[in-house]
Amino acid sequence: MSILQVEHLKKTFNRTNVLKDISFSLEKGQALSIIGSSGSGKTTLLRCLNFLETPDSGIIRINGDVIFDGAQYSRLSEEEIRLRRLHFGLVFQSFNLFPQYTALENVTLAKKLLLKSQKKSGPDVLRTIDEEGRDLLRRMGLADRMYNYPHQLSGGQQQRVAIARALALSPDILCFDEPTSALDPELTGEVLRVIRSLAQQNMTMIIVTHEMAFARDVSSQVIFMDDGHIAEQGTSDEVFNHPREERTKHFLAGYNKS
Amino acid sequence: MKLIFEQMPVVFNSLNIGFLQTMRLFFVTLLGAFPLGLLICMGTMSRFKLISAYCKIHVWIIRGTPLMIQLLIIYYFPGLVLHKNIWGSGESGRFTAAAVAFILNYANYFSEIYRGGIQSIPVGQEEAGLVLGMTKPQIFFRIKLLQMIKRILPPISNEIITLVKDTSLARIIALQEIIWAGQAFLKGSQGISGAIWPLFFTAVYYLAATGLLTLGLGALEKKLEYFR
Ligand SMILES: Nc1ncnc2c1ncn2[C@@H]1O[C@H](COP(=O)(O)OP(=O)(O)O)[C@@H](O)[C@H]1O
Ligand SMILES: [Mg+2]
Repeated sequence: MSILQVEHLKKTFNRTNVLKDISFSLEKGQALSIIGSSGSGKTTLLRCLNFLETPDSGIIRINGDVIFDGAQYSRLSEEEIRLRRLHFGLVFQSFNLFPQYTALENVTLAKKLLLKSQKKSGPDVLRTIDEEGRDLLRRMGLADRMYNYPHQLSGGQQQRVAIARALALSPDILCFDEPTSALDPELTGEVLRVIRSLAQQNMTMIIVTHEMAFARDVSSQVIFMDDGHIAEQGTSDEVFNHPREERTKHFLAGYNKS
Repeated sequence: MKLIFEQMPVVFNSLNIGFLQTMRLFFVTLLGAFPLGLLICMGTMSRFKLISAYCKIHVWIIRGTPLMIQLLIIYYFPGLVLHKNIWGSGESGRFTAAAVAFILNYANYFSEIYRGGIQSIPVGQEEAGLVLGMTKPQIFFRIKLLQMIKRILPPISNEIITLVKDTSLARIIALQEIIWAGQAFLKGSQGISGAIWPLFFTAVYYLAATGLLTLGLGALEKKLEYFR
């Protein structure tokens, strides 16, 4: 069974249809890249999955369980939404680290608060969370940056902290919204390397990116979005090497030129 | 010169009493205006149009007119127009009226500063918290509050320093604060008259108070410099 199934998702802002009937599924352990020109609805799709936007209609299933159903959504309490969104993690284009906390605190804060609200936190638990946080930061290559504040880190380092922060809650699916778009070109490599290593460890991921070469070899599935539709989807080889749709060919040609 | 030395104990005693009243007005104003400002701020940002419009007009009127007028109206209006002395008599009545006027006035300035502070926090902070499963209160207290305090501290410090000096406006309704106490020796009081130096000397009190506050608030700002 697919870990994620999205069926007929629709989203309208004011009167513009931003997502027009989006359906796709994703298998556990796979990486899905979403490509498409700016304004095609990629960010909105990720935000819907993370409950930052409420779709107008459609269904989202995790492991077969419905976690969102447009027909019933208004009955969910804020508390239920909060727990359901934990299936997903989201790495933002602009990092959005908490400036008053160190890298390690950024990574551990949410889990500490979560366990505290479930009355499960004691000194042992807190110590374990810290240890897990340090492990995650080491995996991100930030062993010597744990006690630095965000403003003392480069953009690439900040984004790697943000990835560790998202991983700390062990989401089923980790979403990336153009994780390298706010970085200087010489810093994109270190972030892409980290995402690539997550793919090798079979982390289930949805990656919105303009790094075509990266998308081509890191992802097993690719979706090309155009004007709120999924214009084409398939394996990386199918979409990048044998695109069927004119729109896809045209979009990819624009990248190959530059 | 000899005369001034003889006058000193009497004068300083009076100035100290006056300054105590100044400081009382100062602290009571802050104590009332900090929370009331938050209430007004939430009002101006309310989703309910009626509440936000009311609060915005309130802010506009209070900030658009001199504190001096507000003091006079608040002190005299109930007695002269409504024929009802709601403030009580004597110095304590004057103090209550002055405190109400100052709290109202400063709360409206604070509310605008708070609003700027709240709106200056990027939405990404809240969204990052939400995505990490935090509750709204956790996001406010653990993430946004300190960032807000850091941002509003410089403008709030300015208002606090201004307030020290503004308390002297209460002289207009004869509150016995330090200017009143100094001026008394000009007109004649406790056997001293025509003495201008006590009035000059009140400035030293103000300078000491604003100097200390500047140092303290500066240290607080420094403490929050560890993050950006
Ligand atoms: N909060 C919003 N309110 C109104 N329109 C929005 C909002 N968010 C996105 N849009 C519109 O939706 C469309 C898709 O945006 P987005 O999902 O950000 O695209 P992408 O990430 O592919 O560039 C754009 O036309 C954008 O202007
Ligand atoms: Mg986008």
